[in-house]
Amino acid sequence: CLSERRRGQLAALSIAAVVIIVGVPLWWRTTETYRAWLPVNQINELANLQLQLSADVEVVFARGTVTPEQQKKVPTQVVISLCLFCSSPLEADLSLHTLSESPCGSLVVYVIPESSTLLPEDVDVYIGQRRTALLRIGAQMRVGRTLEQLLAHLEPRIKQVLQVMSFSHTDITAALSDRVRLSPGNKESIADSMRAFKSSPGYEITFSLLNPDPKSHRVHWDIEGAVQTYIQPLLTKLAPLANFSIDSQTLYYAMLGVNPRYDSSRSAYTLNSDSLAHVINPVEARLGSNAASSNPVLNFLLYVPDAHHSPLHIHDHKKQEVLSNAFHSPRWGGIMVYNVNGFYGPEAVFPVDININMAKVMGVFLAQLRLLLGVQSSAPPPGFLVAPCSSTGLADWELDRLMWSRTVENVATATTTITSLAQLLDQIGNIVINDNIAQQVSSAVTSLQLAVAELEAGNLGFALQYSKEAILASERAFFDPSLLHLLYFPDDQKFAIYIPLFLPMCVPILLSLLKIVSEARQKRRERQAKKD
Amino acid sequence: MAAHRCSNCAALLILCSLSVFIVVDSQETTLNGGHHATTVHNPQTTTGTAEQTAEPAVEERRWEATAVEEATPDDDDDAAASDKQDTSAPETVDPSSVPQPKDDFQEELVIRPLHSGDIYASFQFRTVWETDFMRGNKVSHYRLFPKSLGQVISKFSVRELHISFTQGYWRTMQWGQPFQPSPPGAELWVWFQDSVTDVDGTWKELTNVLSGIFCASLNFIDSTNTVQPSASFKPLGIGNETDHRFLRYATLPREIVCTENLTPWKKLLPCGSKAGLAVLLKSEKLFHSSFHSQAVHIRPVCQDWQCKTTSWELRQTLNVVFDLHNSAQGKREWSLFKMFSRTLTEACPLASSSKIYIDITDNPQGEQFEVSPATPLLSQAVVLGDRRTFSVYDLTQQITFGTVRSLNLLIRWKSSEGDMLRPLLHAERYVAGYGLQTGEIHTLMYNNHPYRSFPVLLLDSVPWYLRLYIHTLTVTSKGKDNKPSYIHYQPSKDRLRPHLLEMLVQLPPNSVTEVTVQFERALLKWTEYTPDPNHGFYVGSSVISSLVPSIVAMDTNSTRERPLFSSFFPCKEESSYFVRVYTEPLLVNLPTPDFSMPYNVICLTCTVVAVGYGSLYNLLTRSFQIEEPSPGLAKRIANIIRKMRGVPPL
Repeated sequence: CLSERRRGQLAALSIAAVVIIVGVPLWWRTTETYRAWLPVNQINELANLQLQLSADVEVVFARGTVTPEQQKKVPTQVVISLCLFCSSPLEADLSLHTLSESPCGSLVVYVIPESSTLLPEDVDVYIGQRRTALLRIGAQMRVGRTLEQLLAHLEPRIKQVLQVMSFSHTDITAALSDRVRLSPGNKESIADSMRAFKSSPGYEITFSLLNPDPKSHRVHWDIEGAVQTYIQPLLTKLAPLANFSIDSQTLYYAMLGVNPRYDSSRSAYTLNSDSLAHVINPVEARLGSNAASSNPVLNFLLYVPDAHHSPLHIHDHKKQEVLSNAFHSPRWGGIMVYNVNGFYGPEAVFPVDININMAKVMGVFLAQLRLLLGVQSSAPPPGFLVAPCSSTGLADWELDRLMWSRTVENVATATTTITSLAQLLDQIGNIVINDNIAQQVSSAVTSLQLAVAELEAGNLGFALQYSKEAILASERAFFDPSLLHLLYFPDDQKFAIYIPLFLPMCVPILLSLLKIVSEARQKRRERQAKKD
Repeated sequence: MAAHRCSNCAALLILCSLSVFIVVDSQETTLNGGHHATTVHNPQTTTGTAEQTAEPAVEERRWEATAVEEATPDDDDDAAASDKQDTSAPETVDPSSVPQPKDDFQEELVIRPLHSGDIYASFQFRTVWETDFMRGNKVSHYRLFPKSLGQVISKFSVRELHISFTQGYWRTMQWGQPFQPSPPGAELWVWFQDSVTDVDGTWKELTNVLSGIFCASLNFIDSTNTVQPSASFKPLGIGNETDHRFLRYATLPREIVCTENLTPWKKLLPCGSKAGLAVLLKSEKLFHSSFHSQAVHIRPVCQDWQCKTTSWELRQTLNVVFDLHNSAQGKREWSLFKMFSRTLTEACPLASSSKIYIDITDNPQGEQFEVSPATPLLSQAVVLGDRRTFSVYDLTQQITFGTVRSLNLLIRWKSSEGDMLRPLLHAERYVAGYGLQTGEIHTLMYNNHPYRSFPVLLLDSVPWYLRLYIHTLTVTSKGKDNKPSYIHYQPSKDRLRPHLLEMLVQLPPNSVTEVTVQFERALLKWTEYTPDPNHGFYVGSSVISSLVPSIVAMDTNSTRERPLFSSFFPCKEESSYFVRVYTEPLLVNLPTPDFSMPYNVICLTCTVVAVGYGSLYNLLTRSFQIEEPSPGLAKRIANIIRKMRGVPPL
């Protein structure tokens, strides 16, 4: 009888053991969501990332700037011809460029003697169109006996040149401002940093001609030719940065959202700066998004006011007429108002044929495009002379500047995307992580690490390339639709479904376990009593 | 040039590579917001917190005047400057020097009074653009052609695109043939260029993009409702490529068409709904009708007789039938205002032609109805195998609008007699059978021609969950078996592709041809049911395409100036004309489970498992002992008596 009881107890215990050791893990494994492995440690390392940017600067001394004993200490001696009779710094810059092709991201500083007539009197530093700068050695710089002293004298100047031509602290903080909360600077810099488009692998540029009054105006614009002449050279130059595609359209009966006010003193209609924000809303519905890609769109609108509201002028905050009659909206695009009432002639017969002066229009749009793309020309420090723009509208070093800040921005964007994705996945356990997502995340992390390493090594081109790849991979992982599948299947529902199975199974097990425990306790008490 | 003068050598010493480091520490830069208030706070503003003042300041910043220094980059030496000289010449020009635009826009409205007292209005807007989307040309500068559709054509290498959204069913027997036939719901068929390698992938992407452009559920088009018809849908534009690998056809019979589809459709017009005929398109009236259909057709067409240059044609059509009792309160009197609650005041200024046609063929002497204001312009056109007469109102002429500067056409019936010409071809379809297991699809095709027989192409696309028994396919006309001369059948694959059945059937004169095929209803998985499964499942319309013998000679010159409504289907021969007829869509009930079933099943299984488990558990864990049965009542009483007597118990 006792052995029978014992056998029952053992059976209950072993069933409980089987349920706990085999049943529960089996159930857990079969109902758990699939989560591929993510490089969490590396992502956490990225979260507190230290960026180190380095740029190669090559300093070339012209004859007469170094003494013979200093010259002896120089490890390599290269003899190259320098245009001594060049009359202007521009020519010198061009001829120097033919001497050495510097890779993108690097700089060459030519130190010329004080007596050189190459630069005007009050100019110490001349910044060329390529990646070169001419630096006039000051009188006080000759005091240094050794090479180290000479270099130490030059260093502040070279630093300045670097800040103009490559990157400065404000550039980098502006590039990071979207991702990392910074100490708020002055409002000017906030506006500056908000103006340019965010970095993206491609941009769509759309020129729209708004003709609200096709009954009075037959407007013709040679947009194809204008794009070829004015916009394309700039975009070809910017090609390493992103892919650009251009299109144009004509929209009829496109009204502005604001009724312009008539100003009798000027006998013209005016648009105030505070009403500008409402101008584009109704137009935007008709602009249409790009059906064929998901890149950001830069809109440039040319508005020809209707005959009853001409001429139309834009006023700024100080109630002054804006000379260009154009304005731009940060990260959206620009509008230019093109008044045509001057061309009606004495006895105008409507509709009037109007050919738009594309040079005037494209000058404005090009300036806006440069602003929106973030090509900023901050005022150079005193004593600096910047070469005039070339026909492409962009100097090599300006492109470099843009590439520096874009690379930093890309790295910051990809880092925040990846870290927030990791955080999200960590917080919500229900999300399925498929292998392809894990692969995207790993490739994004690898590209990020490579980009950071290349930045450190000063290889700007590679760094930009890797940072673009990182952004693409991280966005693809973040916006993958498979992440959403099981998001709304909470755990409590899962348990509710299994309760009809669990309850009848667990109650007998628990009860018999309790009984075994109480019996064991009673037995022990009896044994103690017997001993006593 | 500079290099020649640089003969003197100068010793240049390349010294060193200076590396300058700027370390940006992201940890350091996240500053606490405490400083925010103090640094941003503007001393001029005395009221409000720092946040409040900072916000509008930033907001103001959003709009900045663009300051442009006159020295624009083109002021340099090269070609740009000379070009500028050219373009900045006179800004107003005499019209002769204006380049001839390569695109052209026409608009047209046809009104046909129907014998039932209803009225049929058909809008057509046509944009023709002499450009080349094919051969990888990058087309990017749009004038009248909508940019969104142009981008779709060039991105997806589309050769021809036809899309229609229809609410209601066209009643051929009451209303005659429509100018542009369309099935209820949404229909999309696309011919891709032969340079497309992954047609299915492109088709999937294209449907998603179109679904965004037209605000429709076209994204529900997938492989289960897409077919590649081998003969029924030939390209309507130029090009002799007829390899049906590049054709995709899909219908969504369930699609509801409403305002949200009309608005993007109107946006594609150059004048929008601001001027021209499109001002009449107000959704509150258009959707209060018996039939509404809007469509977009894009195809390459010939520019001239020899077809030396090709251009792209975008046709936007909108057909609507207003009901006599619903919209006109039973009074046989129609006007533009009654139909559309608008009148016309101008043509679209961009349109090269803008006309209204009223079909007065059945009313030569004005005995049926009268039209006011009267117009002296009459036009004859051969349309759908018949020579019709139209009154024409040319909106580009100011005289059309009269002294009130607004045109409100009035059509007043005088008598409700008269008979309609029966359409030569029409078709209907229904599902027969009972129960939820099998059924039978019947398609009836009527040839009303008194003495001519003609062949028709029947296309049926049936979803996979109706399993067609193709061996039961019978075609009978006049009680006799009618053997189709061509059958193309593609069986379905579960959850992958639908059935496709195409047949070429000869219809004898004055006859009804019946096509029947039996099917079995499949059981779906429980997630495959629609949210309202008891409503039933739609099966798209059958498509019947045919060359119907014509009474009058058709016009085969496709490039001659013709009204738009008569130039949609290209005409190859004079003796016949092309007609496409759609049958009704079918609504089929499928066996529908009780949707709480999964939980019930779980509960039931769990209970069974629990009962089995419980008894097994009891057997295993309980210990069984033999207990002495307790003595009976009589024995106990006997024992008590024996105890009292002092005798030992039993």
